[in-house]
Amino acid sequence: MTAPVLEVEDLRVRLRTPRGPADVVNGLSYRVGAGETVAVVGESGSGKSVSVLALLGLLPAGIATVTGRALLQGEDLLTMAPERLRQVRGPGAGMVFQDPMTSLNPVLTIGRQIVEGIRAHGDVDKAAARRRAAELLGEVGLPDPVGALDRYPHELSGGMRQRVVIAIALSNSPALLVADEATTALDVTVQAQIIDLVEKLQAERGTGVVWITHDLGVVAGIADRVLVMYGGRCVEDGTVDDVLENPVHPYTRGLLGALPDLARPAVGGVVPDLATVPGVPPAPTDLPAGCVFWPRCPVRGDARCETEQPPLAVIGSADVRLPHRAATWCTDRTSGTESPAGGFR
Amino acid sequence: MTAEVGAPVSLRPATPRWRETLGLLAHNPTAAVSALLLLALVLVAIFDETLAPQGPNEVDVAARLESPSGAHPFGTDDLGRDILSRVVLGTGVSLRVGFLAVGIALLIGTGIGLLAGFYGRWIDDALMRLMDMLFAFPAVLLAIAVLAVRGTGWGNTALAIGIVYIPVFARVTRASVLGVREEVYVRASRSVGASDWRLLTRHVLPNAAPPIIVQTSISLAFAVLAEAALSFLGLGTQPPDPSWGLMLAEGRGFIDLAWWLAFFPGMAIFLTVLCFNLLGDGLRDVLDPKQRTLMAGGGR
Amino acid sequence: MVVLAGVSVIVFALVHLVPGDPVRLALGTRFSQETYDALRERSGLDQPLVQQFVSWLGSALTGDLGVSFRSGDTVASLIGERLPATITLAFASILVALAIAVPLGTISALRPRSLVDRVATVFSQFGISVPEFWMSIVLILVFAGTLGWLPSGGYVPLTEDPAGWLQRLILPAVVTGVVSGSVITRFVRSSVLEALGADHVRTAQAKGLSSRQVFTGHVLRNALLPLVTVTGVQLAYLLSGVVVVEIVFSWPGLGQLALQSVQARDYPVLQGAILLFAVVFLVINLVVDLLYTAIDPRIRR
Repeated sequence: MTAPVLEVEDLRVRLRTPRGPADVVNGLSYRVGAGETVAVVGESGSGKSVSVLALLGLLPAGIATVTGRALLQGEDLLTMAPERLRQVRGPGAGMVFQDPMTSLNPVLTIGRQIVEGIRAHGDVDKAAARRRAAELLGEVGLPDPVGALDRYPHELSGGMRQRVVIAIALSNSPALLVADEATTALDVTVQAQIIDLVEKLQAERGTGVVWITHDLGVVAGIADRVLVMYGGRCVEDGTVDDVLENPVHPYTRGLLGALPDLARPAVGGVVPDLATVPGVPPAPTDLPAGCVFWPRCPVRGDARCETEQPPLAVIGSADVRLPHRAATWCTDRTSGTESPAGGFR
Repeated sequence: MTAEVGAPVSLRPATPRWRETLGLLAHNPTAAVSALLLLALVLVAIFDETLAPQGPNEVDVAARLESPSGAHPFGTDDLGRDILSRVVLGTGVSLRVGFLAVGIALLIGTGIGLLAGFYGRWIDDALMRLMDMLFAFPAVLLAIAVLAVRGTGWGNTALAIGIVYIPVFARVTRASVLGVREEVYVRASRSVGASDWRLLTRHVLPNAAPPIIVQTSISLAFAVLAEAALSFLGLGTQPPDPSWGLMLAEGRGFIDLAWWLAFFPGMAIFLTVLCFNLLGDGLRDVLDPKQRTLMAGGGR
Repeated sequence: MVVLAGVSVIVFALVHLVPGDPVRLALGTRFSQETYDALRERSGLDQPLVQQFVSWLGSALTGDLGVSFRSGDTVASLIGERLPATITLAFASILVALAIAVPLGTISALRPRSLVDRVATVFSQFGISVPEFWMSIVLILVFAGTLGWLPSGGYVPLTEDPAGWLQRLILPAVVTGVVSGSVITRFVRSSVLEALGADHVRTAQAKGLSSRQVFTGHVLRNALLPLVTVTGVQLAYLLSGVVVVEIVFSWPGLGQLALQSVQARDYPVLQGAILLFAVVFLVINLVVDLLYTAIDPRIRR
């Protein structure tokens, strides 16, 4: 196995808020290999965006305290000198943000916004950088890439803008691409195009991808591995097949129940209602003492759930390269009710 | 196909309750202190006769231009009148003009803003165009012009300042109403056939109120300042009423001889205006976090 | 344009709403019937209102604003005499204001809760709340009286006495500059804060731009729009003559002229001055709109 592109160990983020310190990320660990896609899934407020912003030092200074380790190609991002971190942003890791309507500067041309990223990392003259920018725009599938250089963000549609943001993220051929809800704001067809694009580019360049989303449909399409986040913790992780077809944690199962089953025909033309997990995630200023999911858990019962925090334990075989793990006390009880297809002992 | 959990949809947002607002304000020390000082100032204005050591126009020829001392903490003026007493008695004039002026602007401006924002279309166009015209006049000159037409005196001063602030309230109210008009609870009430009047008074106005409240506090600051300026120019409050602006104008002539004549009334104006501004800022933090109000000083 | 038309109606109506006969008021108590008739006729006051309005508007459009009741000079020439002083003070003040507000507001936004931020807060609260005339008096007392460094007022044209011009300009420009500057400081602080929080700033950081590049390229320029607006508003206010400051510093500007014409009930002059201010206000709005277009491509098209 080759060295991972990104190796996160026990990442913790505490934010200072008016209502006291908020533990937004609580001990997150994962690895992303070259050419691999790890999806981080969870509701809004589960800490998934904060966890990646923390990696690149993009959280507001003075408000966030980040601890743990995050090795990008062997170098710890969290202890890096500011200037080195600046150099890493771009060639080391590129980032695509959620809302293409706001993630580009409205008063600067597309060209300028790509060119400045290229020129920040190497002695490239303006004309060369512009040619490279046009190439990139072509690669991400923008029609008339040269003409697009002189256009402003508001002249492009949301999907086109997101392609521009991806072009910016890829402009320095990063080893790691972080996509934070990159398709959430887009309509379904555009979503699919963007996902295809990232997969294609990833295959060509061997980029590692961290894909943050709350959309399990996207996860199924793109991810190799899945990490389910809740209350700032990883509650379940494993290969995409393990987690999506064999969910263990009640929260994951709740999320999956919320997926419309496309295979199931609509009754009388009516699409069945989406199942949802009732309630809202816990406030990061006031996390439960036991299992973070306890207050909303539909199958809770054990007193242990309320008072003792379940560790992330391997389910099934620990011998495989990517074990399936979950942090819950109720693995044994659940097998009787929903009987996920095998694997429990 | 998202797994977002639907937050319970409340038909009506939690309207800021007074107690809650006051509680939050208490956490903002500057705003809280300002509010208390203003309360004290109102009490001073009410009990001015009792509090003032002397009558405002009690002349003591033997004690002219005396510097601050135990007998006259703020000194005396060129006619031997006690400055402290005159400052105390001037409080009422300043606050009366301030409140009346803002009252006029609030009543008319908010009314116009409500109509414009709620009904939209040509009513909006016509009313806001009218407000633009009023707004195109420099504030102080508009007030001076009104005073030129109506004559001086504190009532007309209040009217003049009030007219200046009508467009400000109209704009703030309109913007706020536009934000509220399409909210679920308004559409819901409309769909069950509530009358326009009921919609406006029960749903739109209460929810559009926060920025208006903030604007009121800030406008009070400017009304007090404007009254002082107009009186200073000899167009506002007339002698023998002891207005702070007027005292400053009178004290100006003695500035090298007796600084206290101009200093204390100026300080009174400054502190009063400062308190209204700080209170307005505090209220803005609590009531209007999106900062929809025109910034303090926008009309200056 | 509609606004301007409305303004001119209001300006015109103003004079005719005044109780009493403006000519009689202007002439005082001792005058002959001939003088009265002559002035009345020359001012066109003997004609019907609508006709008066039309002819007043017609002449106003050609720059003829009528004749002063008091001095008999044309209103245009009276205003022309006062313009240089007002323009000088307005631009000096806006320079002082920007010189204070831009650095102070920017630094306080970049370093919230720092010492500079606290200074900025205190400064802007002070400037917004302080009565200009009081501050003027105190400054005169200190710098003209006690220290004797600067004259207490007056105005000389730049061309006649550059040193004297500057000396006399400093105090009034500081007073109005501090007041306008405090307002602008708050705007700069909040607009820089807002620009800093924008999503695209994160994109810029994620590209690996230096904090300096992020700031100049992605924060400052975006924070410029609100700054342009508020500077325009302040300039309009300054150009309309800061009446009280002009009075205290004996600065022969338009504000003083307007006040004198009110006191003397010299309505043609007042009309002319107010009309000019309204025009200035509208012109500045136009310039602000043009600048907007230059800064923000979303408004172009």
